[in-house]
Amino acid sequence: MTNDEWLVAAKADADRRQLHELKPLLDALATATRALRGAVWNRHADGPPGPATALPGPDADGAAS
Amino acid sequence: MTATTTAGRGTRADWCQRPIHRLGSAIESGEITVTALVDATLDRIAELEPSLNAFTTVLADRARRDAEQADLDIAAGRYRGPLHGVPVSIKDLIDVAGAATTAASRVTGRAPAGADAPVVARLRAAGAILIGKCNLHEFAFGTTGEDSAFGPTRHPLDRDRSPGGSSSGSAVSVASGMAFATVGTDTGGSIRIPAAACGLVGLKPTFGELSCEGTLPLAPSLDHVGPLARCVRDTRLVYHAMRDGATAPLSDTPSRRRLGCPRPYFFEQLDDEVRTVCERALTRLQDAAWTVDDTPLQHAGDTAAICLHLILSEAAAVHARGLERCAETYTRSVRLRLELGRYVLAEDYARAQHGRDVLRDAVDAALEGRDALVLPTLAIPAPPLGASTVAVDGTTEPVRGIMLRLTQLFNATGHPAVSIPCGHTAAGLPCGLQLVGRRHQTDQLLDVAEACEAVLADLLA
Repeated sequence: MTNDEWLVAAKADADRRQLHELKPLLDALATATRALRGAVWNRHADGPPGPATALPGPDADGAAS
Repeated sequence: MTATTTAGRGTRADWCQRPIHRLGSAIESGEITVTALVDATLDRIAELEPSLNAFTTVLADRARRDAEQADLDIAAGRYRGPLHGVPVSIKDLIDVAGAATTAASRVTGRAPAGADAPVVARLRAAGAILIGKCNLHEFAFGTTGEDSAFGPTRHPLDRDRSPGGSSSGSAVSVASGMAFATVGTDTGGSIRIPAAACGLVGLKPTFGELSCEGTLPLAPSLDHVGPLARCVRDTRLVYHAMRDGATAPLSDTPSRRRLGCPRPYFFEQLDDEVRTVCERALTRLQDAAWTVDDTPLQHAGDTAAICLHLILSEAAAVHARGLERCAETYTRSVRLRLELGRYVLAEDYARAQHGRDVLRDAVDAALEGRDALVLPTLAIPAPPLGASTVAVDGTTEPVRGIMLRLTQLFNATGHPAVSIPCGHTAAGLPCGLQLVGRRHQTDQLLDVAEACEAVLADLLA
């Protein structure tokens, strides 16, 4: 799902749930998601299938898992 | 009576502003009785609490009973160490047996907790007197302390300003002399932000070092428990007591004093006065023969995007039942942020987890060959209550985002971070300097912080 498709669906759901105040927050989240997906260390995320960016395994020392 | 009655050294009102490490010998010798110290603290609370609103519950009767027992124990030669008889407060997100854990919310019940959280039990075992439970931003999900079922906590130096949060009442209780130390929680900066705003020391230890059992979670992979106090030495006393009950070792002066300063990102959006105060502190350190060299922290600009996806997802999971059962009972803004988390896609949560590893490696790399990283804690002075935006560096920024900007990265990576006071704005509002150490080396970070605190002491006069 692209970011734009997600945002349209999320806002429609917020309207359906009478949570209209959520829509500006969804816009802000969409901006953050766009930044997340576009980060240089994550550049394959929105591209065509290809070599996957390695997802994290369990932290070796358990510090943040 | 409070201001004029004398016993031991100084007046009773003076006692309430003393650091813990300067009380111990007087308590052990009986020059200051614990009963008198607790009475002085309760007097202080009676005087200031109506205007500050730092507590959800004051445990006056229990504190007096515990004080009487402490005096009996000390008189019988059973002195337990530097926290024995010292009044401390606890953020009302953490269980204290016999008192409700409200999380400053109407969502929670008011039934008393059946047992102390382990960190509280350890403080009690060290002899600390629990003086009360502290107000906070509802469920610790905010940076100002404004969204609370008990009303907002107010800054001790300016009642129209927020003291920072979410450990708002905790910080105010110590800054105003209503407790000698406190226990807070920190998911994006909730210990360090109010510490900086109120002129205190606030420690977020390495992730997982202090037990979060008995503490209501917000985002379990980001949540930390930690102390706030008036100086690094007191902070270490409380940290050690909560960690393993051990007496703090003597501070070890670092053989090398080399700090890395990550200027890109961390100095890019700062209030002018905060920037001036922090730069002055860095200059003072260099004048004292510390090395402070520029150390870019790679990918720091991705912090907000990464942390937002982590915290929203996890908080929504923690509060899923609450949202289904009684969504209207949350404060409006907290409810909306929790609802927002329900829209984060699993694939983006996974990306954010990857980003967490990238940031962790970047912090480790920046620390290579250095004792700690040094940067501002809070980009703005304590903000006005009710403000949703503030002007910073020529732009208008949301209060929540700008307050989290410099702290939340280290929640994601798990590195220990401590905020120490480094000066004031022209209006007298405190500013904080943040030091970040290697994971699992919190004591070494506190060594650096204590040495740094000594160098900066005259900037606080």
